[in-house]
Amino acid sequence: MFDKLKKAFGGSSEEAPKVEEKVEAAPVEEKVEAAPAEETKAASSKPRIGYIHLSGCTGDAMSLTENYDILSTVLTDMIDIVYGQTLVDKWIHGTYAEEMPEMDLCLIEGSVCLQDEHSVHEILEARKKSGLICAFGSCALTGCFTTFARGGQQAQPKHESFLPISSLVKVDLALPGCPVAPEVIAKAVVALCEGDLDYLKPAMDWAACDKGCGCDVLTNVIRQGLCTGCGTCALACPTRAMGFSEGRPSCDRDRCIKCGSCYMMCPRSWLPVERIKKETGL
Amino acid sequence: MPLGTYKEALSARSTDKKILDVSQDGGIVSALLCYALDEGIIEGAVVAGTPDDDWRPIPTVVTSSDEVIAAAGTKYSMSPTLSALKEATRQYGLEKVGVVATPCQTQGLRKAQAYPFTRFVAEKIKLIIGIYCMENFPMASLDTFATAKLGFDSLQEATKMDIGKGKFWLTKDGEDSGLAIKETHGYEQAGCNICQDYVCEWADVSTGSVGSPDGWSTVLTRTDDGDSVFKAAVSAGLIETKPMDEVKPGLPLLEKLAKGKKDKNTAERERRAKMGVKIPALY
Repeated sequence: MFDKLKKAFGGSSEEAPKVEEKVEAAPVEEKVEAAPAEETKAASSKPRIGYIHLSGCTGDAMSLTENYDILSTVLTDMIDIVYGQTLVDKWIHGTYAEEMPEMDLCLIEGSVCLQDEHSVHEILEARKKSGLICAFGSCALTGCFTTFARGGQQAQPKHESFLPISSLVKVDLALPGCPVAPEVIAKAVVALCEGDLDYLKPAMDWAACDKGCGCDVLTNVIRQGLCTGCGTCALACPTRAMGFSEGRPSCDRDRCIKCGSCYMMCPRSWLPVERIKKETGL
Repeated sequence: MPLGTYKEALSARSTDKKILDVSQDGGIVSALLCYALDEGIIEGAVVAGTPDDDWRPIPTVVTSSDEVIAAAGTKYSMSPTLSALKEATRQYGLEKVGVVATPCQTQGLRKAQAYPFTRFVAEKIKLIIGIYCMENFPMASLDTFATAKLGFDSLQEATKMDIGKGKFWLTKDGEDSGLAIKETHGYEQAGCNICQDYVCEWADVSTGSVGSPDGWSTVLTRTDDGDSVFKAAVSAGLIETKPMDEVKPGLPLLEKLAKGKKDKNTAERERRAKMGVKIPALY
């Protein structure tokens, strides 16, 4: 996995022409021309990102674009978005029917509907074309609220089973959230571009997860004698399903959308000790 | 380093009588919050209050000195304080928030800053005032101390609650009743048994009674933010200080307790890991 990440972001063999132009135009880069050709190539190759929108509400894409302050820098200097219906108007089933390009990383928003042939085809294709697949947001990761879909609705009454994408393809990293928060997207993008694998390790370990629920806090924290009643899970919950009783979280399952945020954020599920020390200097 | 990273250790006390009348020890938490609110360093803070005066902590958002003072004093049961951060940032719309946090709550806060999975909250946390914490008790445990062990009719008769000098204290009709700390063992919540942090090592500034004389608090300033707020409050005359080496029992006692908690609870982590039950994954 680590080698794969490094390979994906350290030096892709294929470079977008746009990148070449940019590097040639930048006077700072000119100076390092003396450096070995391979090194220059590795340093100038920007990750090629795809964005696939399956059964989700576009909330995750909106969160991505909410990083206004860094977005222009990210898009012009750090990454190339090479595929995506919403972001770059490229879709293999659309008007611009074309082959899916090779990607270093493909972000997938939304769960995959088994009865939607386009979705199934697109995700299987993405697995072939992309070095890494990221379950981007809780719908892709756990199914989130699409878990409760039962079909029988217009315009496609047959569309009833919506699965976490890991049901169909191997997922390499996951960013949960409903929607995934803009700030963590920004930090993850920076980590990806810098090859900071330590920061991404929890997201990589989380990729195997295919369910999330307020119950996780009950079974994996409270029942394990780990809960201290700090309240982080209630802070994390986007639907305020998490209440407290006698110092312990109590999940209202009628409100829980199974996004997995509560357990992901609980300091007793996992704790990024090294990262915290680095950021705070403590 | 049993006390974690810190810039300065001082014994300190609020100079405000209104605060000292209601504070647990030196009133440092209240003094810092009042100062930070007055100076606009924070617009509000989330704290553990007891709005019903029944010793049951309730996460509370405070935005004024009066509200800070109304919520002053230590509570010895669980307060899901971090849940009120949502209220502070969403309902109150606060852009700069302070938090009074135990070590476990501070871990939750720092994790939320390092991995901000909740949108637009972590960036608004501007000041974490950490409180020393050995362990925390379910309300039913406090009831047991009051009724079964100290002979009170109910916990509600107690007008003050404190831990110090090796005892758990309840005050009724102006009279203090003490229960040996040993008697409280086995009544703390299980989650505390794997915590290795006594002095809130990841806070901006941490404080608690241990190490300082009665009515004073021991302060450890940790981050630049915590250090500057504390120093500014001292310069403004809201807090008076004494060097730690001039007070008894001083830092050695704090270090001893911090190390004791680390050793004991590290062993408990190892015991649980050996049994094959879950402990937090560390990255």
